[in-house]
Amino acid sequence: MKDDASKKDINPTPMLDELEGGKWPSFVTGLKRLRDEGAPNNQEMMNDLLGQLNHSYEERLGFWKGGTVSVFGYGGGIIPRFSEVADRFPASKEFHTLRVMPPAGYHYSTDLLRQMADVWERHGSGLIAFHGQSGDIMFQGCSTENTQKAFDELNEMGFDLGGAGPALRTAMSCVGSARCEQSCYNEQKAHRQIINKFLDEMHRPALPYKFKFKFSGCANDCVNAIHRADFAVIGTWRDDMKVDQEKVKEHVAEKGRKYTIDTVISMCPTRALSLNDDDTLDIDNRSCVRCMHCINVMTKALSPGDDKGVSIMIGGKRSLKVGDLMGTMIVPFMKLDTDEDYEKLEDFAETCIEFFADNALEHERIGETIDRIGLPAFLEAVEVDPDPNMVNHPRTSSYVRTDDFDEAADEWFEKKAREAGLTVSAE
Amino acid sequence: MNDQANKPRTPDEVGVPDPFQYMHPTLKKNFGNWDWHDRPRPGVLHHVSKSGEEVWTVRAGTQRQMDVFTIRKLADIGDEFADGHVRFTTRSNIEYMVADEAKVAPLIEALEDNGFPVGGTGASVSMISHTQGWLHCDIPGTDASGVVKGLMDDLHKDFVEEKMPNRVRITTSCCQINCGGQGDIAVNVQYTKPPKINHDLVANVCERPAVVARCPVAAIRPAMVDGKPSLEVDEKKCVCCGACYPPCPPMQINGAESTKIAIWVGGKHSNARSKPTFHKLAVANLPNNPPHWPEVRAVVRKIVDAYKADAKHWERMGEWIERIGWNRFFEMTDLAFTKHHLDTWTGSRKTMNMSAHIHF
Repeated sequence: MKDDASKKDINPTPMLDELEGGKWPSFVTGLKRLRDEGAPNNQEMMNDLLGQLNHSYEERLGFWKGGTVSVFGYGGGIIPRFSEVADRFPASKEFHTLRVMPPAGYHYSTDLLRQMADVWERHGSGLIAFHGQSGDIMFQGCSTENTQKAFDELNEMGFDLGGAGPALRTAMSCVGSARCEQSCYNEQKAHRQIINKFLDEMHRPALPYKFKFKFSGCANDCVNAIHRADFAVIGTWRDDMKVDQEKVKEHVAEKGRKYTIDTVISMCPTRALSLNDDDTLDIDNRSCVRCMHCINVMTKALSPGDDKGVSIMIGGKRSLKVGDLMGTMIVPFMKLDTDEDYEKLEDFAETCIEFFADNALEHERIGETIDRIGLPAFLEAVEVDPDPNMVNHPRTSSYVRTDDFDEAADEWFEKKAREAGLTVSAE
Repeated sequence: MNDQANKPRTPDEVGVPDPFQYMHPTLKKNFGNWDWHDRPRPGVLHHVSKSGEEVWTVRAGTQRQMDVFTIRKLADIGDEFADGHVRFTTRSNIEYMVADEAKVAPLIEALEDNGFPVGGTGASVSMISHTQGWLHCDIPGTDASGVVKGLMDDLHKDFVEEKMPNRVRITTSCCQINCGGQGDIAVNVQYTKPPKINHDLVANVCERPAVVARCPVAAIRPAMVDGKPSLEVDEKKCVCCGACYPPCPPMQINGAESTKIAIWVGGKHSNARSKPTFHKLAVANLPNNPPHWPEVRAVVRKIVDAYKADAKHWERMGEWIERIGWNRFFEMTDLAFTKHHLDTWTGSRKTMNMSAHIHF
């Protein structure tokens, strides 16, 4: 919509005005509300921010550059932005973002939201993103001078800066046990325990490059951990899935046999399901890969088993530099129940971070390091034994030196014997 | 001089806050004890605990980049129509939890009256996960919020209904780093020209060996240009990825005409049914055309409609294409299959069809 032309000093925004119609909430309308009705400091900053953004729309180029801004005691967590067109739009010449870690699982009280809005009205632009792709609350638009003031107030509320640069980054966890019956561990606990243990790596960046943790309660992976995390923790279980056969029958009666076969039985990736003649479910749990599909469809009849824990996948990342990588299965199952179990997870996280700090090249993600040195060398470094769950299939290339194959095979059989509770002769 | 007064405050390194202090009481009470859920209508989740307690969640779309007035409005709605607690999803939808079913309908009405669409659950098109763009990024090829606003205006109906074969996750990214992530549909900047180098600035602004090392195809080398130490790009090798631009801003990768948009399809995060997948190129070279990006919106609409009409229930975009074959995908979406769809990067042979399986 058109702005009131009688108002002086308002930067015209003809391109952005086009984004105020339509049914989806408009960020432009929000920016304009700050410009027109916000606190005096918000008004000025937003008027010029709108001016610069409209200028970008016209020129089809960005006009921000980075720099160095931090708060006392920390080396990261602020994303500095200085305008390259500050001569035209001076009030938003500094428009930094504070990355602030949200409560695990993104829970807020309305009081907390109001407090955050009040802090940002006083010290920033009045614009907050819930949340950025990094998983942080992004308090956007702060002058260099006010950065410390805003941080101090947020910090006193119990909030801390997240990661930026070559450092441990802000993590994400799904809603998990708080509201989801498919959750296989306490995502919030794992999330907080690991990140809060290694805060030094977040606040004083000294790693070769970024390192991200993400925590999903099951293989639906609602926080996109496999694609986006260097260290993905995915809930799973190793006993049989739970089935209520009466509820299966109810599902079939409600949805029909054909529909159930088409959408549940035929879609099982390992052909582990079959519908019995009496409309109960025949489940081959040894073949089930815990993909979650049938449980997603039959939410009342099916659920994960009782012997729950996590899989850990290492090395997911986006494009730069070698191309997109997904996390590779490194720990197929780690029990996650007692405090000791969570400490083991924490210990393994520490082993991986230390490996990364010691071995990655500058600007290399851990997935790229593993590509460079090969999975066997990585496993040896983090003291994990090879497992068939790590691969789609064994190697197809014969270009490998196998003169210690027998020793490796002995190790495998000894490990299997130990798992079976047998005594190993050498011990 | 009083040193104490000038001493900066030492941060209290509190880390990730404990969520329980902000969590809805019913969620807190039934933490780890949920039994099953269903969706009574689009935008509403209904979870039942093993204790028999129930909670209804109403999900609504937001603009993600929120002014304090919007935040306070959302808080007001939470106080008046819900129980004073909210959470956000990974795709920036807000969720209100209520322990009393009678509160659901008035809450939905309040959200809709204030312009927040209720939906995003189940087989819908949820909010687009996106980046910062011209609003805040230092290397953006396009805007993020603006593209998303236009696309979500188009997809509003698909957000408030659950009439897709399965969920549709769309992402946008304002450079090829692809911070928006993988998606059923990904709308990403695609550069088409090598960087334009301002040789006057390189020596002072860029750490040259680091920039050389950043290039994925080893196309950058140190050079003296007009007597100044600079960098040069072998333009025959350059894949125009833009990796050199963040560490060396004088290597400008963006151009008003040369920065284009590519659309990718079939990315999937979930492990449900098929393993997670990366998205694949559908079309490149669409114009970066603010404020409405009509060419991008038209292609996204076409892909969404084709998927909606043809996929089976529970098939995600990539699973649908795998069943019908890529030739039918290109046919149904009126898009061209070109030499640029043939992957040339490391491991590309494994993306080729090494069988006699053919779709006609």
